Amino acid sequence: MEIFQQILFSAALAVTIWYIVKRIKLIARAINLGRPENRFDHADERLKTMLLVAFGQKKMFTNLLVGVMHFVIYAGFIIINLEILEIILDGILGTHRLFAPYITPAYPVLIDVFEVLAFGVLVVCVVFLCRRFITKVPRFQQERHREMTRWPRTDAAIILTAEILLMIAFLTWNASDSVLRDRGVGHYGELRGIVPDFLISQFLKPLFTNFSDTSLIAYERIAWWLHILGILVFAIYVTYSKHLHIALGFPNVYFSDLQPKGEMQNMPEITKEVQLALGLPVTTEDDGSQANDNGDQPAEVGRFGAKDVQDLKWINLMNAYSCTECGRCTAACPANITGKKLSPRKIMMDTRDRLEEIQQGWKVNGNEYRDDKSLLNDYITAEELNACTTCQACVNACPININPLDIILQLRRYRVMEESQAPASWNAMFSNIENNMAPWKFSPSDRFNWADQVNEVK
Amino acid sequence: MTTEKTYKVPTMADMAASGEEPEILFWVGCAGSFDDRYKRVTIAFVRILNHVGIKFAVLGPEEACTGDPARRAGNEFLFQMQAMSNIQVLNGYNVKKIVTACPHCFNTLKNEYPELGGNYEVIHHSQFLQGLINEGRVRVKDGQSFKGRRITFHDSCYLGRANKIYEAPREVLAALDADLVEMKRVRANGLCCGAGGGQYFKEPEPGKKDVNVERVEEALSTGADTIAVACPFCMTMMSDGVKNKNREESVRVFDISELIAQGQGL
Repeated sequence: MEIFQQILFSAALAVTIWYIVKRIKLIARAINLGRPENRFDHADERLKTMLLVAFGQKKMFTNLLVGVMHFVIYAGFIIINLEILEIILDGILGTHRLFAPYITPAYPVLIDVFEVLAFGVLVVCVVFLCRRFITKVPRFQQERHREMTRWPRTDAAIILTAEILLMIAFLTWNASDSVLRDRGVGHYGELRGIVPDFLISQFLKPLFTNFSDTSLIAYERIAWWLHILGILVFAIYVTYSKHLHIALGFPNVYFSDLQPKGEMQNMPEITKEVQLALGLPVTTEDDGSQANDNGDQPAEVGRFGAKDVQDLKWINLMNAYSCTECGRCTAACPANITGKKLSPRKIMMDTRDRLEEIQQGWKVNGNEYRDDKSLLNDYITAEELNACTTCQACVNACPININPLDIILQLRRYRVMEESQAPASWNAMFSNIENNMAPWKFSPSDRFNWADQVNEVK
Repeated sequence: MTTEKTYKVPTMADMAASGEEPEILFWVGCAGSFDDRYKRVTIAFVRILNHVGIKFAVLGPEEACTGDPARRAGNEFLFQMQAMSNIQVLNGYNVKKIVTACPHCFNTLKNEYPELGGNYEVIHHSQFLQGLINEGRVRVKDGQSFKGRRITFHDSCYLGRANKIYEAPREVLAALDADLVEMKRVRANGLCCGAGGGQYFKEPEPGKKDVNVERVEEALSTGADTIAVACPFCMTMMSDGVKNKNREESVRVFDISELIAQGQGL
């Protein structure tokens, strides 16, 4: 019986790891569709940003209460993982609370911490479900935000429910185990006197007082298996879900933009042409940002701006996979607030959906397959792009430094420079700048006329 | 207006002709040169510069659009054409330090020109005025009193979020001895006026409201009689919003430099 469980567990673990590795490779391949850009510079500053924003969750505390609640789930996720290590080893070795005899004084303290966190996670998940589905926080509602279709809402509900069930399994497992220990049943009894009752699960023990030893062992086993299998399934599920931010949030922040938010990235390929046009010496300096660190992907030339995900930078695509669709960007977007179609969250979701679509194409037609769809037009429309005021509120709002604006601007560049599809009044503005050196139709020779009034106007 | 005083606006060309170099170049910008409302801001700032006796110059007819609206709209060619021509002029005059009253010019000159060969110390006029006040070179006492007036400051995106300048304009306003009242969405969370990213130069996309109206409603809800701005485009958007709400009789929109000039009786 023991050995059967061990084999089953090891097999489940192996399958999960194999599958997750497969998923990671696929997602990495999708992210690498993007243009190369060096984001391995300024390690100190990047590390500091990651510690503050990712580990420290700095930007989540804009709303203190929500920040604290999210921190509970986050701390729970990180710290309870220590317990999962023991659970996994127990599963493989067929042991029971492997660490308990070795770290006796610390062990119950640790489990107490895990239990408090587990209880905290449980409570917060219930609150978060209420916020989404009962008090209806506006940024989650489809009536207000068209990108919040059935799947994103279901995805959120699945994650929160799964976390609640996992925590219930963990706490009741500890409770049933404590009862078995009290009764001195089999190997459970061996830890009597070594491991005391735990902080939270002691209150759940009365649930099991009427259980027979056999049914109690059955419950303990079922709870243990549900908990760990749940975690394994959850880990796979996460790779398909918006919840991937629990892993990608960290690298995503590490690689996030360091330049001032107002700075738009230069296009060196255009610099060269402009220098030629103006009769200036061409500074064909190899721009460091275009350098290829992986060395396996030649930079694609030829297209100005972005039409599809391949034209974006890899960090834009990592952004898309890291996005947890919380909608803080959209809630801060002046265009969205005033009823325009633009939603920065939708920009990120569209980018990920497009990547997923390409992956589906690979699955069916092989890895070189390219369909004839594109992010621009098939997903993101001109109306959305044109509504952006480039105010950077979305960039500022994102708790993990995602930059939807960068994608918007690259798509705009494609529309204007490759398709000449600027709105007519923008074309007028362009020609004014070109001919009159100002965005309006004034004669450049009148530019200094204001100085005539400097002694007149009151 | 004191009659004995005449304000001067030297150009870089004048200065170069007499072999001089100014301490600072005042980058006027297109709105500051052509927009009737914002010309008054340019003039107010020039009077302050004259008043404190700073050796400054402008490019005059040699100045051209930085290219910012073209770049944000997606026209990188046009932006770089503008930028490189401007850089040729600026470098030709050996310009080291630039002050501008436009956050869009400020952002572009400061953050985007260096990669194209234009390296200058660029400051926004809010920072410049803050410096003058801190040094005691500007004291608000001779002119109009602001006691009892309520002023709310509207953060410009390209000054605030883009370059994290939140304190300078507020400290400038604090010198006025007025009541400063904050809107709900301020500083990093400030709401755009709706003009950025080329929006100023086209009709807004269909929606349920204009962005400037949303912002002006918020400004009006503070009970302020003055909306202070530090950007030519915010100036127009906020003024239009106030008109839209039929409040132009009771609520005025001013640039921070105009308020300082008024406070100094300039």
